[in-house]
Amino acid sequence: MTDLTQLTISTARDALRAGDLSAIDLTEAHLTAIESAGALNAFVHHTPEIARKQAADADARIKAGDAPAMCGIPIGVKDLFCTKGVASQAGSHILEGFKPEYESTITTQLFDAGSIMLGKLNMDEFAMGSSNETSTYGNAVNPWKAGNSDAELTPGGSSGGSAAAVAAHLCLGALGTDTGGSIRQPAAFTGTVGIKPTYGRCSRWGVVAFASSLDQAGPMTRSVRDCAIMLEAMAGHDPKDSTSADLAVPDFEAMLTGDIKGQTIGIPREYRMDGMPEEIETLWSQGTQMLRDAGAIIRDISLPHTEYALPAYYVIAPAEASSNLARYDGVRFGHRADIGPGDGITEMYEKTRAEGFGPEVQRRVMIGTYVLSAGFYDAYYNRARKVRALIKRDFETVFADGIDAILTPATPSSAFELGSMTDADPIQMYLNDIFTVTVNLAGLPGIAVPTGQDRRGLPMGLQLIGRPWEEGALLNVAQCLEDRAGFVAQPAKWW
Amino acid sequence: MSIDKETARRVAKLARIAVPDDHLDALAGEFNAILGFIEQLQQVDVDGVEPMVSVTPMRLKRRADVVTEGNQPKAVLANAPDAREGFFSVPKVVE
Repeated sequence: MTDLTQLTISTARDALRAGDLSAIDLTEAHLTAIESAGALNAFVHHTPEIARKQAADADARIKAGDAPAMCGIPIGVKDLFCTKGVASQAGSHILEGFKPEYESTITTQLFDAGSIMLGKLNMDEFAMGSSNETSTYGNAVNPWKAGNSDAELTPGGSSGGSAAAVAAHLCLGALGTDTGGSIRQPAAFTGTVGIKPTYGRCSRWGVVAFASSLDQAGPMTRSVRDCAIMLEAMAGHDPKDSTSADLAVPDFEAMLTGDIKGQTIGIPREYRMDGMPEEIETLWSQGTQMLRDAGAIIRDISLPHTEYALPAYYVIAPAEASSNLARYDGVRFGHRADIGPGDGITEMYEKTRAEGFGPEVQRRVMIGTYVLSAGFYDAYYNRARKVRALIKRDFETVFADGIDAILTPATPSSAFELGSMTDADPIQMYLNDIFTVTVNLAGLPGIAVPTGQDRRGLPMGLQLIGRPWEEGALLNVAQCLEDRAGFVAQPAKWW
Repeated sequence: MSIDKETARRVAKLARIAVPDDHLDALAGEFNAILGFIEQLQQVDVDGVEPMVSVTPMRLKRRADVVTEGNQPKAVLANAPDAREGFFSVPKVVE
């Protein structure tokens, strides 16, 4: 038998249904791969017993002829998802020891569909970061290396463990979440595919909240088809999430014809940034040409408020985070600091949060506290929400004008070295999200597709942005780009 | 707008995060860098623009005000750092 870790979700599904493969064998192959991949630090909580039990159940279902597409497929779950009885720490020390008494809606749906959980995946603390360096578990490491250099690279963040695990073939797909680019940037850094669906497409219930108006879960896989299959199993209305959309979930995979003839693709001029590496610029032109060759009409468009997206995000996201993270107070779950004689409840809160939160989380909670405080609410928070309305309007205008999808770079660079940003201003790290954050602010679907490699052999991705609720059409454009780009490179195994 | 050490102390207090006195100056510096970046928003003409409440125009759904999954005190308390006699326990609040 060939190496089972080389299968994709779609090829594994077909082999499982044909009886050529068992979920048990597929699961064991991945558990073995995970065991020898400690150097990547992608899986931070291992659940082999659960995986073996779920695999046996999946095999029984497949035998009985009751096999949804994700049945028997081993996946990894970002540590941000609450999984019943399994550590769910959001990459934070403050949730050490927390084992939820409930299961998130998305993992429930995936398990009901027969998916197999291999374990929980590393991430930036509370999804705040772009390099997986703020995690309480230490850095996740990118399976890719730059040329002959031995330096360890970031897999991106915040879904860094998810991206590393998928790129290194430790699982067939992984759950990620994306608040400002946390699925798409790591996907681009690791040569994988990641989609952030329309806000409201996937339930947020049981997903540890960072910025509730921006957070959205999505799949990370090694092909566009796999993304379509996994997204369909994750999506759908959930009465437990009041912002979940009561809309039917289409058969996304059936929409992957790869035919985009006559569709209009917008190229936004504001995404051409000063100081953008030439290789990213070239990749973007090449991607544009690929879609043109496929019969798309290419049109230059303007999204005039783009440059204000990042500053608006760095008001809105910390503001929402400061509110959401108020619950970590050492009373109901997680870490509680030891208190000294004479300390009251306020000292307990302050010491617990100082010990439990890392520096980046503390910084964002305090920035959020400041922009929401009396006297600054209008100047910062309300103004940012107005700018957000304008950013959304920019997209509405071009979509009303006949644009079907928008093509942009996914990231301003390829993967950088772990540690290389340690002494940089926090804003330098925030710039990683410059091309992705507009999509969260506008609530749109966006997907990163590996499209090429830089001169050191590192993967580079492009982003496609679609109309709200039209993930199917967006995935189809992504399929076309994937077909034309023909990205097949894999990282050389060193771990 | 510039944040001084005293403002940093006040913000840390509001956020209920203990920050040692000798870290407050550095913290104020970080705040100023981030707020300087955010300051660009002042350049945008937002006259007549309503602040966004939700990306999808929608009325928040309502549900009946009834117990859905009640009677699980053990599950509710299972992760508490200190739970006693069916309650969360905290340091003395009222003298």
